[in-house]
Amino acid sequence: MVWPNNPAGAGCRAGPYRRHIVFVSEILSEKTGGRMSDTQTAAKSGFILPRFDKLGVLIAVIALGGVLLPFMIFRANRIVLGEPRMIFEALATPEALVLALLLAAGMVIALLRFRAGLKLAASLIILIALFVLVGRSAYFLTPPDDNFARISPGAGFWLLVFAFALLAADALTRLRLKPWPRIGILALVALAFGILLATGSLNGVSTLKEYATRADRFWSEAQTHVLLAFGSVLIATIVGVPVGIISFRLPKLRAALLNVLNIVQTIPSIALFGLLIAPLAWIAATVPGASLIGISGIGVAPALVALFAYSLLPVVSNTIVGLQSVPEAANDAAKGMGMTGAQRMGWIELPLAFPVILTGIRIVLVQNIGLTTIAALIGGGGFGVFIFQGISQTAMDLVLLGAVPTVVLAFAAAVVLDAFVEMTSTGKPQ
Amino acid sequence: MIEIDAITKSYDQTVVVDHVTLTIEPSSVCAVVGTSGSGKTTLLRMINRLVEPTSGAIRIDGEDTRNTHAYELRRKIGYAIQGHGLFPHRSVGQNIATVPKLLGWDKDKTRARVTELLELFQLDPAQFRDRLPRELSGGQQQRVGVARALAAKPNILLMDEPFGALDPVIRSKAQEDLLTIQRQFETTIVLVTHDMEEAIHLGDKIAVMDEGKLLQFASPQQIISKPATPFVAELIGTGERPFKLLSLARVGKFVEPGSAEGDPIDISATLRDAYAELLWSGRAALPVSEKGQVIGKITLDQLSSHARPQ
Ligand SMILES: Nc1ncnc2c1ncn2[C@@H]1O[C@H](COP(=O)(O)OP(=O)(O)O)[C@@H](O)[C@H]1O
Ligand SMILES: [Mg+2]
Repeated sequence: MVWPNNPAGAGCRAGPYRRHIVFVSEILSEKTGGRMSDTQTAAKSGFILPRFDKLGVLIAVIALGGVLLPFMIFRANRIVLGEPRMIFEALATPEALVLALLLAAGMVIALLRFRAGLKLAASLIILIALFVLVGRSAYFLTPPDDNFARISPGAGFWLLVFAFALLAADALTRLRLKPWPRIGILALVALAFGILLATGSLNGVSTLKEYATRADRFWSEAQTHVLLAFGSVLIATIVGVPVGIISFRLPKLRAALLNVLNIVQTIPSIALFGLLIAPLAWIAATVPGASLIGISGIGVAPALVALFAYSLLPVVSNTIVGLQSVPEAANDAAKGMGMTGAQRMGWIELPLAFPVILTGIRIVLVQNIGLTTIAALIGGGGFGVFIFQGISQTAMDLVLLGAVPTVVLAFAAAVVLDAFVEMTSTGKPQ
Repeated sequence: MIEIDAITKSYDQTVVVDHVTLTIEPSSVCAVVGTSGSGKTTLLRMINRLVEPTSGAIRIDGEDTRNTHAYELRRKIGYAIQGHGLFPHRSVGQNIATVPKLLGWDKDKTRARVTELLELFQLDPAQFRDRLPRELSGGQQQRVGVARALAAKPNILLMDEPFGALDPVIRSKAQEDLLTIQRQFETTIVLVTHDMEEAIHLGDKIAVMDEGKLLQFASPQQIISKPATPFVAELIGTGERPFKLLSLARVGKFVEPGSAEGDPIDISATLRDAYAELLWSGRAALPVSEKGQVIGKITLDQLSSHARPQ
């Protein structure tokens, strides 16, 4: 049997001495005093009451809430009010039993101080099981030959996903994995969900029914979304890094520029999108050829410009901060050994500033993946199209068809870029 | 030879280096000493034009430094600073190879030179070449800093408090190593320090600076025995003067015929070491040995007469 880890020494086997330490710290942390005699007898007999993991308690409570709320929602058609289905109503009994057992085991593992590796494995298994069973449940609940019924995950399902995603995230933090293993785990999770989707296991779920009726549109909006989010960050990087370099060298320009960019950053996003309609429409109408290359008051152009404007400040300011963080002595030595300004920039300053610049790019990429949804409001396209359609039709499934891929994309971008930032930080003291 | 000719630097109205004139002989060590803020660093940095003088001129081997591009000038002059200034993202080998790379040396020549320097500074190339600076101790980082400054075999080496961050034991070892290397390659060294002890130990000549002015430029003996101003005397410390003077000469020059009792002292020891040994063992004379053979003696009387200005 694996002993629950104690807080004092991760991975340390509980020898008699160690038990004594645990016992003392337990008394110290035991404010009520009511259970003190319990613990004392336990220590005397050599048996330790399992200690609870604080975050684990929270996770277990959330998961318990998930179990008590409806697992699935059944609607006879797309617009009628849903009827809740609890786990044992939503699944065939054997599957429901499996899920119940898995959840119980997961809650115990979350509650107690097990190794982070075990917690990670448990949480990933449960997450995948949850999605598989949602797919099974959708088939189980759909009446035969019924094309109108809509089966969607209920609040209970989402709470369970949240609880065990939290467990996975906590375990990952504790494992302190190196960048490549982190990307590896992300790839494995992506692969697992890819398989689930490709095999059609989830096709009965309402959101995927929405997808099925507009698959072509989904992929073209996905393309637009990626194009807008990544394209705006790419342009912001191409423009922002040189601007950062120049204003780093010219302190007066720096102050003025950062002020302007700060103001842009405070304009609410919808307002900024809206503000751009008039000038761009004017350009399209007056500059010959402008409309030919796609510039117009509404559509992709103003969306791209607005996203670019939002990205510029973090890229420019992180470039400046990164360059400022280059050790004075290293810079002085570089100059003293006869490097020209350009050589210093290329060999010393930019490489040392790079992790900070990359952090800026990560911030704007994640931010823009989310912000791009708003572009739909001015005809820019992207996943926001489904979200706003869904809102106007009060079709939650359609909202999710836009929201879920956006969140997944932002999350994946954050994980990958965080890993890159860490990989490039080798020169810095830890 | 470095000729510094009435060099002046002022920032706005403040004069930081004030009409300094001095000539540094080839293959000699010039120690620039003074309190913090006296303009030592500024003077040093004007030699390789990291600071452009307000007026005056600097000539190296007769050639005005303004006749070459600043960056070309700097590649010919070694530069080592306090806190070593190693590039944190580049390996020890890459750091040392900086100037050879700037000068366009080919790969094999550069690599051979890096190996040679690592060995010279007692750092095993196999072990240290690919390490990052942060994986070295303070003393090792400092040695790599000096090795990097010497990479392209410069005739001149400028050093700004290079041993400032080292603890006393490593510091004196580093000083010895520097002197050995200086003698071997006959490098002209200009070394800035705020420590008079270090200046006396390392310098063939000492330049004492205060508030931008050069107070005295002379050999250590002269500085100790004939300080030009009360400030110079204060820098040396009146109570220390006899011992500092003794520390400048070696036993070899003062051996008398005859012999004395007790353990001998080596001919290469300083008079200060001999004096300390005499006091400690309560003797009036010490036998002097060379390669284990006693060749004569040195007496307390003789030491006393050398512990004051001649
Ligand atoms: N770039 C500069 N601008 C203005 N004042 C400076 C500058 N560099 C040095 N100084 C001033 O010049 C004086 C001498 O500085 P420095 O040469 O660094 O002295 P030291 O090396 O002897 O401590 C100090 O008072 C310092 O504040
Ligand atoms: Mg200084």
